[in-house]
Amino acid sequence: MRVPESTVRLLSNGDTALAVEFGEHIGLATSGLVLALYDRLARAALPGVVELLPTFRSLMIHYDPARTSHGAIARQIEPMLGGLEGVRPATRRWTIPVCYDPQFALDLEAVAQRTGLSPAEVIELHSATTYHVYMIGFLPGYPYMGDLPARLALPRRGNPRTQVPAGSVAIATTQTAVYTLQSPGGWHILGRTPVPLWSRQRTPPALLAPGDKVRFAPIAMAEFERLVKQADAGKLDLEPVAE
Amino acid sequence: MKGALQVVASSSICMIQDLGRIGQQRFGVPVSGALDSVSLRIANALVGNSDGTAALEMFYRGPTLEVAAESVRVASIGAPLTVASRGASRPVAAGQSVRVTRGERIRVGLCDASLVAYLAIEGGFALPGFLGSLSTFVRAGLGGIDGRPLKKGDALPLALASAPERNERRVPAAWNLAPPARVRVVFGPQDDYFSERGKRTFTESTYTVSMQSDRMGMRLEGPALEHAKGFNIVSDGTAPGSIQVPGNGLPIVLLADRPTTGGYPKIATVASADLPALGRLRPDAKIGFDAISVEEAEAARRELEARIAELRASLKRSAAAE
Repeated sequence: MRVPESTVRLLSNGDTALAVEFGEHIGLATSGLVLALYDRLARAALPGVVELLPTFRSLMIHYDPARTSHGAIARQIEPMLGGLEGVRPATRRWTIPVCYDPQFALDLEAVAQRTGLSPAEVIELHSATTYHVYMIGFLPGYPYMGDLPARLALPRRGNPRTQVPAGSVAIATTQTAVYTLQSPGGWHILGRTPVPLWSRQRTPPALLAPGDKVRFAPIAMAEFERLVKQADAGKLDLEPVAE
Repeated sequence: MKGALQVVASSSICMIQDLGRIGQQRFGVPVSGALDSVSLRIANALVGNSDGTAALEMFYRGPTLEVAAESVRVASIGAPLTVASRGASRPVAAGQSVRVTRGERIRVGLCDASLVAYLAIEGGFALPGFLGSLSTFVRAGLGGIDGRPLKKGDALPLALASAPERNERRVPAAWNLAPPARVRVVFGPQDDYFSERGKRTFTESTYTVSMQSDRMGMRLEGPALEHAKGFNIVSDGTAPGSIQVPGNGLPIVLLADRPTTGGYPKIATVASADLPALGRLRPDAKIGFDAISVEEAEAARRELEARIAELRASLKRSAAAE
């Protein structure tokens, strides 16, 4: 996909950031453009640009107004937008084990009822899809992944939980995610992974990055417990498969 | 260990902050850092540190610290100090550096008008930090001392074993570090989610800082802002000073511990030259907003940087002249 230049908008976020927005909706094509511009700008290392943050449909450029300006960055990225193609050369693929046991899957029954599926069918659908990591946000290392099979799409819970356990695998709208820290949260919880997606002992501490591909592999409780012990000992090193 | 500051009393929230954890937002890690970075930088200049050296950020009042090193030089912005030794004590004004020796106690008093005060220490702390910063982010337990506020009994390891004697430095009286009544903002990135009336309400009203505010966001109470097309956007990046407006129409200014992304429309962003001063506002304080252009905000920031550079130069000159 090539970028239709008329749809690109530069949105100022005050004098320290600007967002390059590629469209209205969440989708793989738009995400591809965001990540392609991320790659280009990361390589270009423009003076005064301090951070780049890819999100669903825009790239956030954080800058130092003492060293550059909105106008200067706009001029520098304009030629990059022209030939932008939403394809990334290298992609990391992950298989992340998830235990869908009722002990962890606090909302599996409710999701099954609301979607007219059996719990087994919900698990089957959730784990049969390869997800794209759109962005990391909300919590350190928290991946927004999609797209969820349409039959599993539900709005967020009307009544968010005050405490969702770390490792919880959850769904809402067209997305699935993993809670990397214990936190309040309003998504529907389908299971738990023993793999720490955020670890201060790792560099970078976040396991996943935007553009990665993820599949969930159902595991039984015994396997979950075995892997948790490995993780606690710092010996659960999940490796991605390069495409 | 070269030496330490021993926390012998701590009655309010106090934690280690620098200018933030830069370069990790794409992994969902908030920047954190000092709420009032201008006061932090000036405190650092007074003790001869670089801008970004980690210091103590203290809410309402500071701790009492005992010097467990040969000597140490400190300076506070936002709260006066008392240095006590064996029955005698001497006051040290805010904005004034002071050399303190082994066994003496530094008592940080009540914050003057600001919500926060900063205590800079010459040389800073001998702590490892996390991802290039000592800033404390409590929610994920990062930085500082075990990622938490200080408590009685903590020993803060110092980078320098002693502070050589030299002329002490003082901030010129012309520097205004008072909490502001108005701050400048730039409309966007989602001002199109608000009606013309909503945007007018925003710049024509006076808001009150809510008790619910924290290092993540300053919640404001006052007239609700009218949305034009709902209050959910596809989540995108946030900036320091982003002003989010959720469904109740009440603005939230995102501060140092802001989440890196958010799903509420952002009507405007506080100019970076004014954001540090905004961090001085206490709950119940009043605040108003004036709209300016991005170019004006960038110029205001360059002007602030020039003033800080001039202050640094004049502090060095005065130290050399005496």
